[in-house]
Amino acid sequence: MNIFYPIQLLADWLTYTVFWITPKTLLASAVNFFIYDSIKILILLAVIIFVVSIIRSYLPPEKIRVILSRKNKYVGNVLASLLGIITPFCSCSAIPLFLGFVQAGVPLGTTFSFLVASPMINEVALVLLLGMFGWKIALIYTVSGLVISILSGIIIGKLKVENLVEPFVYQNTINANANLSEKKTKERINYALDYTFGIIEKVWVYVLIGIGIGAWIHGYLPADFLAQYAESGKWYAVPLAVIVGIPLYSNAAGVIPLVSVLTEKGVAMGTTLAFMMSVTALSLPEFMILKKVMKTKLILIFAGIVGIGIIFTGYLFNWIL
Amino acid sequence: MKIEVIGSGCKKCKALFELTKEVVGDMGLGAEVLYSMDVNKIVAMGVMSSLVLAVDDQPILVGVLPSKEKLKEIISENI
Repeated sequence: MNIFYPIQLLADWLTYTVFWITPKTLLASAVNFFIYDSIKILILLAVIIFVVSIIRSYLPPEKIRVILSRKNKYVGNVLASLLGIITPFCSCSAIPLFLGFVQAGVPLGTTFSFLVASPMINEVALVLLLGMFGWKIALIYTVSGLVISILSGIIIGKLKVENLVEPFVYQNTINANANLSEKKTKERINYALDYTFGIIEKVWVYVLIGIGIGAWIHGYLPADFLAQYAESGKWYAVPLAVIVGIPLYSNAAGVIPLVSVLTEKGVAMGTTLAFMMSVTALSLPEFMILKKVMKTKLILIFAGIVGIGIIFTGYLFNWIL
Repeated sequence: MKIEVIGSGCKKCKALFELTKEVVGDMGLGAEVLYSMDVNKIVAMGVMSSLVLAVDDQPILVGVLPSKEKLKEIISENI
């Protein structure tokens, strides 16, 4: 049985009994969709963010850096990308994170693997993907994201671009073993609860707006409305989606419900995946901030490699799916 | 005693600075609260998140903007 079945019952009851909307009308379909999706996504968000926060309380970035500074290149890239999944990423922490990694002896390529994976594969995006597209698409997104971050890091490591990092970065070296006190179980739970409510407080409006617009399109627009503009046959759909995604940041929570409906109305899956990856991984504000620690050329190389990876992924899944 | 809020200049950092000033005033500590945007200081403390509250260069709060009561608790535990 579908574990979300009780939510469907609740949505049906609210739509048809409480709001007294005639079944099988466009309005009923839109309202039902909105109630069902909102409740489902908010529950999923709460549960998954809580679980990830508990795991994270055992692995703060300070500890991750100790792990990464002891690993060789390829293992480091893979580990950095995996650890990036559970680490939240805020562009305001990009600089301390970058300095903290590099100055503790984490190789540049490994650091970049982490910088790509951390914002791209995060629990909020995963919950929304899972809720709107199902586990297969969520898995495809995660695996492609990992491949992109691992390869980008390896390529940047091979390019030997240390000279494009601002010189002051390498003038300091630090002891990676900061003495952070171990948390007690109660503190971990409190931290996880605080964090979960903090995130939900921040994203719920976007999620509801996204689902709301989605519900409206779901109910009122014909199924192939967008196909004529964005079908997979149009070669420029993927790069266009990536470019549009760059300045859109931090609203991933609202973007995903929206794109799920766009997909339903005819946008190809690979194009959708590429768009979401671009929204999360390529962020204009983050690039501006990174200028403090690296030359523009390195930021362009970084964005270029990740961008090409995303475009390739988009074409690949437009072709396969 | 040196009480300092260090951050990258984001909204949350400024909010923490204002809140800390308020709390330190309420507690009658008579200490001046400093605000710094020197991220190197954060890294030198061994921390890697923006937004740090430090007492005498020891980080006592990292990455979060607490409630006023919580902040009072944290400060009184660490002075």
